[in-house]
Amino acid sequence: MQGGYIGRPLTRRLLLGQAGVGGLALATAPAWAQATIDLALPGGPDTRPITTAFPEKAVMILQRSRPPLLETPFEVFDKGVFTPNNEFFVRWHWAVIPTKVDVAAYKVAVRGHVNQALSLSMADLLAMPRVELAAVNQCSGNSRGLFQPRVSGGQWANGAMGNAQWTGVRLRDVLDRAGVKGGAVAVRFNGLDEPVVDGAPDFMKSLDVDHARDGEVMLAYQMNGEQLPLLNGFPLRLIVPGWYSTYWVKMLNDIEVLDAPDENYWMKTAYRIPDTPHASVKPSESGFRTVPINRMVPRSFFTNVTDEMTVKSGAVVPLRGIAFGGDCGVSQVELSVDGGLNWQKTALGRDEGTYSFRLWSTQITAPESGARTLQVRCTNTNGEVQPAEPNWNSGGFMRNPIESVRLAVAEPHG
Amino acid sequence: MAISINAIAYGAVFVAGVILFSIGTPDERSQRTALVAPAPAAEAGQSAPAPSVAGGGGLTLHSVSIDLPDSGRMFPGPGSDGINNNCLACHSAGMVLNQPMLPKSAWQAEVTKMIQSYKAPVSEDDVAAIVDYLARMKAAE
Repeated sequence: MQGGYIGRPLTRRLLLGQAGVGGLALATAPAWAQATIDLALPGGPDTRPITTAFPEKAVMILQRSRPPLLETPFEVFDKGVFTPNNEFFVRWHWAVIPTKVDVAAYKVAVRGHVNQALSLSMADLLAMPRVELAAVNQCSGNSRGLFQPRVSGGQWANGAMGNAQWTGVRLRDVLDRAGVKGGAVAVRFNGLDEPVVDGAPDFMKSLDVDHARDGEVMLAYQMNGEQLPLLNGFPLRLIVPGWYSTYWVKMLNDIEVLDAPDENYWMKTAYRIPDTPHASVKPSESGFRTVPINRMVPRSFFTNVTDEMTVKSGAVVPLRGIAFGGDCGVSQVELSVDGGLNWQKTALGRDEGTYSFRLWSTQITAPESGARTLQVRCTNTNGEVQPAEPNWNSGGFMRNPIESVRLAVAEPHG
Repeated sequence: MAISINAIAYGAVFVAGVILFSIGTPDERSQRTALVAPAPAAEAGQSAPAPSVAGGGGLTLHSVSIDLPDSGRMFPGPGSDGINNNCLACHSAGMVLNQPMLPKSAWQAEVTKMIQSYKAPVSEDDVAAIVDYLARMKAAE
């Protein structure tokens, strides 16, 4: 590690305990996940098990066993611009998830308001023109656990996101093969996961037909150059660049062109946001219009420093992190050391594509004593900048405030 | 750091338990991370079925079979019968207990949503017991 740092390394954020040792075991943790991490959620509970028990996954934060919700430990984002498949977050709505997928038999239906209904095999898709795209996949409720006042739902810290290079085919090419009829308004996507209980709403999402045919939305069969982990939607996942992960339907096996707006539960009732700036309302507010959640907003994070870190007096401290523009690219990432009065540009890493994470880096000189609070903010290529104040809505959606860390300064001895 | 590695090893023992059989040549196997469980025929000691793959354009996808771990944990403490009997079919207990403190009215709304929107088959008699349990365990104020 480069100079400047003393004290707590990043991995000490994992407050590790073992079953039966010192009474640290969680009463509600499974026997296979007894080590824990502290997510520092306001008001708690903020202790979560960490686990390696999930197939094709390394160390993950266990938010829920079934259906699985697995969060990426934030340290992973310091490794590079792409998030490894075995550390990529996992989120399922319903507990009936096929655990065996035969790629030779797998079929994707394309049907509805089309000239020619199709049943495409994986081999059919592999034979079509291939495209690659880097894109951030972020849960609508990423960082929900940091909302104040707190709201119900998956209590994620900041690790329900990841960036990957996706390989597959354009949805437009698939739709053109079927021939979308005039009067089509939306395209609905369904995967192989199912509710446990009969009559419960199957998880389906839809996009306006023009969005579905924009040439960027794709069906991916590879992620970072490998087939997808089953828990990330093997063998085929919808990729909706710049939009929240709720639309990125996993184990995609049904594409239905609709000639009327989609009124299914997951569009009409769930995943709705206030139709207000930053999707923000007051906790007491009601009667506002809502719309389906849609485009992502800019975010940036420190990845090599945390609140718990101590730096040497007067030391040069390298700083780095990740940023993304949301539904467009990153224009700039800036650092403030004076509470947001002044901002200085950081150096941006290689541009991996409009919808990708972008690395940023800079350095500061630590003061002689005391502490220093650092803030980082991203401005995207549409000119949208992260807000100083967090938004609030009852769904816990679209959090993106300016992030800060407070570094302690160790005074020299003698 | 050493503690982290212990934690990884602890989990790896479990993962090793689910790696029973791997489809594909050794070369192919080394290039992918998928853990593949046995087909029933292989488990019975018969010859393994042909690897199930889909290919095209210089790329091959391999069939995958996994086992998901199950929490096996129940909601703890007195008054938990209702929630254990009605709620664990669809989801494990952990995320419920990880929720922040919320007013009892919010817990009532959650249980109502589970029943009305998500069709949870909760008997009328148990609704009050479930809401009371949640309010007792996780109540604001």
